[in-house]
Amino acid sequence: MNTNFGLIGKKLGNTQIFQEDGEVARVTAIQTGPCVVVGKRTQAKDGYTALQLGFGTKRKKLVKKPQLALYEKLGVEPPSVVREFRVTADIADKYEVGQALKPSDVFTEGQIIDVSGTSKGRGFAGVMKRHNFSGAGTVGHGTHEYKRHGGSIGMNMTPGHTLKGQRMGGQYGNKAITMLNLRVAKVMDEEGILLVEGGVPGARNGVVTVRGAVKKNPQPRG
Amino acid sequence: MSTAVPQIQAIDATQARTLTPFRPGDTVRVHYRIREGEKERVQVFEGVVIRRKSGGAGATFTVRKVSYSVGVERIFPLNSPRIEKVEVQARGHVRRAKLYYLRDLRGKKSRLRETKKAR
Repeated sequence: MNTNFGLIGKKLGNTQIFQEDGEVARVTAIQTGPCVVVGKRTQAKDGYTALQLGFGTKRKKLVKKPQLALYEKLGVEPPSVVREFRVTADIADKYEVGQALKPSDVFTEGQIIDVSGTSKGRGFAGVMKRHNFSGAGTVGHGTHEYKRHGGSIGMNMTPGHTLKGQRMGGQYGNKAITMLNLRVAKVMDEEGILLVEGGVPGARNGVVTVRGAVKKNPQPRG
Repeated sequence: MSTAVPQIQAIDATQARTLTPFRPGDTVRVHYRIREGEKERVQVFEGVVIRRKSGGAGATFTVRKVSYSVGVERIFPLNSPRIEKVEVQARGHVRRAKLYYLRDLRGKKSRLRETKKAR
């Protein structure tokens, strides 16, 4: 489990920047700030440790009254997105409820991170789009007569059924995707923007979570 | 790629450089810093600008020259910090923005008339 702390953000789009050595970094801009700590989960009270973050703003009218009271007590605008980050107790102690987080509070330049989001939905897609089948006219999958069909889906009497996991058409995209081991190219505190080298799942204005990389940082076992 | 997102436009604006203005058809000398192992030196590439591509921080321009009767084209990022400077040697009179037709011409035909009007 990823117990690295992170932030919630909104994908703004892609561009490129020149690094100090003159090389180009192809980056995705993510609006990550301001994120507000709206709650804490503790081992004693909830059985696990986590930080609850809020991002964006929501009209007061759309927020349920008990929640509104909570945000008014904290003195923050009601956030449009609230997500929990499972962290270790010593990380949770560093932050206080009601604190607004800048990107630099969590991330540094050059840090390796993971970005999760919902990929662009493509609806019910055929095998060519979904599994990169090559279609009729080329060699493969027994496709013939129909240009975008899949062709053969199995053998005859042996085994007598279509194998499980056979690639066919179906829902493609609109699925939680995590991009592992991306690099932070630049932290822009004033604007609250994080520039991440590489692509990030989802469309523009999609909500993503950015956290320290799970495979590059030692994770506690159990 | 150009974008309508204001935050990205702001990032692109921080990357923009101000070079000597030049247009397609101009003969330019591009002073470009290249790395050879540890050392860095400046290489000069002289030729005709045959295309300028817009695109915010990713804008580029292409310079064409004929070297030992072989056409050589080099694409430079417009905002690259590796470009030391761009010198304009001559301003060519051209009637289109992309001068791909120069690729099919050689010798005397591939010369460009100079502009008389000051720009």
